[in-house]
Amino acid sequence: MVAIETSGGEGLRGGLLTTADGKPLKQALAHAQARARRKALLLVVPLLAFIVITFVVPIGQLLFRSIHNDGFSANMPQISAWFDETKAGDAPDEAAYAALVADIAAAAEARTIGVVGTRVNYELSGTRSLFTSAGRNAEDLEPPYREALLDLNAKWGDPQLWGVMRSVSSAYSANFYLAALDLARDENGDIVRAPEDRRIYGMLFMRTLWLSALITGLCLILAYPVAHLLAVLPLAKSNLLMILVLLPFWTSLLVRTTSWMVMLQEQGVINNTMVALGLVGNESRIQMMYNQAGTIIAMTHILLPFMILPLYSVMRPINPSYVRAARSLGATSWTAFRRVYLPQTLPGIGAGALLVFILSVGYYITPALVGGASGQLISNLIAYHMQDSLNWSLAAALAALLLAGVLILYWLYDRLIGIDNLKLG
Amino acid sequence: MALPIYASPLERVWHWTYKVICTAIFIFLIAPILIVIPLSFNAEPYFTFTEKMLSFDPEGYSLRWYDMLLTFGMQAPDGPRDWSWWRDVLANATWFDVAWNSIIIGFFSTILATGLGTLAALGLSRSEMPWRRSIMAVLISPMIVPIIITATGLFFFYSKIEIQKWGVPYLGIIMAHATLGIPFVIITVTATLSGFDHSLSRAAASLGANPRTTFFKVIMPLILPGVVSGALFAFVTSFDEVVMVLFIAGHDEQTIPRQMWNGIREQISPAILAVATILVVVSIALLATVEILRRRSEKLRGVTAG
Amino acid sequence: MKKILTLSTALTAVGFAAAAQEVTVMSWGGAYTVSQVEAYHKPFTAETGIKVVSVDADNPATPIKAMVEAGNVTIDVADVEYADAIRLCDEGLLEEIDPSILPAAPDGTPATEDFLPGALTDCAVASIVFSTVFAYDTTKFPEGPTTMADFFDLEGFPGKRGMRKGAKANLEMALMADGVPADEVYALLETDEGVAQAFAMLDKIKADTIWWEAGAQPPQLLADGEVVMTTAYNGRIFAAQVAEAKPFEIVWDGQVYEYDLFVIPKGAPNMEAALEFVKFSTDTQRLADQAKWISYGPGRKSSGALVGLYQDGVTEMAPHMPTSAENLTNALASSYEFWVDRDSELNERFNAWLAQ
Repeated sequence: MVAIETSGGEGLRGGLLTTADGKPLKQALAHAQARARRKALLLVVPLLAFIVITFVVPIGQLLFRSIHNDGFSANMPQISAWFDETKAGDAPDEAAYAALVADIAAAAEARTIGVVGTRVNYELSGTRSLFTSAGRNAEDLEPPYREALLDLNAKWGDPQLWGVMRSVSSAYSANFYLAALDLARDENGDIVRAPEDRRIYGMLFMRTLWLSALITGLCLILAYPVAHLLAVLPLAKSNLLMILVLLPFWTSLLVRTTSWMVMLQEQGVINNTMVALGLVGNESRIQMMYNQAGTIIAMTHILLPFMILPLYSVMRPINPSYVRAARSLGATSWTAFRRVYLPQTLPGIGAGALLVFILSVGYYITPALVGGASGQLISNLIAYHMQDSLNWSLAAALAALLLAGVLILYWLYDRLIGIDNLKLG
Repeated sequence: MALPIYASPLERVWHWTYKVICTAIFIFLIAPILIVIPLSFNAEPYFTFTEKMLSFDPEGYSLRWYDMLLTFGMQAPDGPRDWSWWRDVLANATWFDVAWNSIIIGFFSTILATGLGTLAALGLSRSEMPWRRSIMAVLISPMIVPIIITATGLFFFYSKIEIQKWGVPYLGIIMAHATLGIPFVIITVTATLSGFDHSLSRAAASLGANPRTTFFKVIMPLILPGVVSGALFAFVTSFDEVVMVLFIAGHDEQTIPRQMWNGIREQISPAILAVATILVVVSIALLATVEILRRRSEKLRGVTAG
Repeated sequence: MKKILTLSTALTAVGFAAAAQEVTVMSWGGAYTVSQVEAYHKPFTAETGIKVVSVDADNPATPIKAMVEAGNVTIDVADVEYADAIRLCDEGLLEEIDPSILPAAPDGTPATEDFLPGALTDCAVASIVFSTVFAYDTTKFPEGPTTMADFFDLEGFPGKRGMRKGAKANLEMALMADGVPADEVYALLETDEGVAQAFAMLDKIKADTIWWEAGAQPPQLLADGEVVMTTAYNGRIFAAQVAEAKPFEIVWDGQVYEYDLFVIPKGAPNMEAALEFVKFSTDTQRLADQAKWISYGPGRKSSGALVGLYQDGVTEMAPHMPTSAENLTNALASSYEFWVDRDSELNERFNAWLAQ
């Protein structure tokens, strides 16, 4: 503790305020503040380090993977060297074919030919088998290698294939981002749109945004009246009703998804009830699951509390006398709502909508279980490339694009609402 | 919510429509959670109400799916239910196994998240804290970043550092779940601290207490409700989490939600609904605890309820 | 870091001191895993004392690749399809298995001669022959569809279809439904036109199809009434038919059959126990035992004679086997040469087609 003496004559030296031990007060204060800052920081550092290790670094590594893939360059050293020495557009000569055959033979021996073929196949579909079958025949190939390879398969002379091999001979490439945006490079290295039957990511990003917007809108429509009711009821009553909002919030995601599957099935509770009531025929049961409808219904239900809670916390303190004043000045109830009440709830609408939108853009579990083929979101495709196709670089590129989108929204949230205003329960 | 006397007939109609709409939305919120409870007692392997259930015939109801939770995965499920039968349940029943894993992972990740999170929240709520906003944004981000991205990143990271070979069971998944739980601890504890009257700690200091005594005797008891509800949030986050488990957990680290994911995709037999019912009961208990804590905390801080 | 390491060594000493030897086997889940547990795992544990941990996957070949490439192998034995066994072996992701270590038949015939043709490869040992068939709900169609073409006929047989989410077997079935004879299917699929023809056929039912991933799903989809007919692995339908008395019927026309094989991923943590398990499980009696639990044909000639009744003691297994002559009138043997090379390309195309 710095004892500050201001009244004694000692403290006033040459018109400068000093502390008891003679330091200038300004300096001492700065010291004390710096120490307090260090202390505060010290409390945060362990957690910050933990988050950096378990969160920031792994995501950084993931992003690195989206621009780095050495599946070709590491296993095909000779042809990669040939590409380094020549420039784009050079026709492959016999030396190039010899290098290629030597690499293929070596890769087949080392059992890495599949990795090589897979890497090229990412850029030019239908070429993996070219490499694996050449690998099986590599030992029988004799010079001149150009003719030998072309005899095996005429595709080996394709300039586009050579263009692709040149581009993958470097471990670093932005091509996975191109693929994630439905773009590709043609034989001259120019960026063109991918063939029509492969354009899916743009569509999936659009679908993800559209469904998230729709779910956010539905949540807002459903949450607004409920939040308003909770805000105007006397506390004892509203606390009781609040349980109906908080219980879903605390219930396991998988439990809620299971319940929706039970409800939405063709032989499920909703269809059975409608058949029993004669609303639909037994033969024309409505399909509400394994399609977009399933995703929308279940996700709206799961995210609804995230909309109700911020709306409620904004509506509760609104003074009812404003609306009454508007009414007494002659406004109809609709005008009073629109011009007086609604504007006061805008911060809550913003907070809830942004939160629900951010959460739904990254949803994976619920679409995977109830979405069928048409209800899949971009996260499901990331999971598919992670676990099934094992095109990890593409998964990383898709993840990076999704992450960029989410971070922009997060930044917006922080700007408009402020992270510290996030409340739970 | 009483209708003013000057309300027009149209407004009266709207008032009642509004109430009906709100009731419908509340039903939408709660029905899917409650519907699994009676269905889990179905005597038949269907997910819908049988005639016998609707007529409240006791024969329509049974505990067979709860029994299946015990026997599924056992070596000898049909033996007499004696001491060795129960030992078999404890050792081999799949649901027991995953429940145990869930509890272990949930417990340790909660400890980790709450410890680190509370410390950081104490720092963050000091007025001298530099770069407060940016640091807060980083610490909250695990809640915002899609879990699939975090899980993917951790999958590669853990493979690279070969965490499985360190020989610490559950380590990877515990750290992953702690990361996800931390934002909740930060949010709840900073919220508690924002209402904290700093003159109390100054008073303690002036009465001669050293910083440690001040912390344990004055600050801690006051923020404890916030810390506990943060811990509960962290626990629920871990207990409910499945994406991380899908991507990074070993086959001997499967949890309840992971087993449910298996069950849902392969066959949603009413056994899954029995698990769901148990989980609903657990969440009711947790919710009640948090509510009690919240009220207590408000009373302690002298804030009027609400 | 150092602290963590010290802590970890301490915990290891405590945690694993008492751990018994075990082997982790990854298979396809559901009724199939049950049959393996009964026929292989339980007797294996009883005889050797090695505990068998059973893990499920939609297709065990995919996690193997991910595990080995990420350098984090946690399983010891996996059960994979033929083309995957060859492909994974070619890519160096599997341990080689010397066929001479496998047990001989009871009459002394060495394993290399006793297994069915092609059932032993560099890295894999076949256990069973299975078939991807289609089955329907007899309550919906008492007369029943009878040919592969009926599966694609939404007018004659209205209702939802179930199909595996993947290219393999679907493309072949689509072509056979379009009238292509079984022996020309792969020659046609080698061409772009053939692939386009198959997808055009799938287009007809795409809007009415629910796509399954795990083998246990199709019988469940049929039972729940979510679909009226679905492709499935024949043993799963058999299990639902016989064990659960479900009103299902398999149509033995245009189906695709192949081997399932045991493989050991490179770097398996319990190599020795894994080899023991493979040796134990592929002997004549064990392979025949599995047919007591599920209708898959054993991979050994000598096991064939030992197959008799289902474990209920009354159901004759022969008519349910994918290898029975009467079931093979219009069947296609899956070509591993074709799928080894084309699997990833066609799956990529399939998924793009599905997402559109």
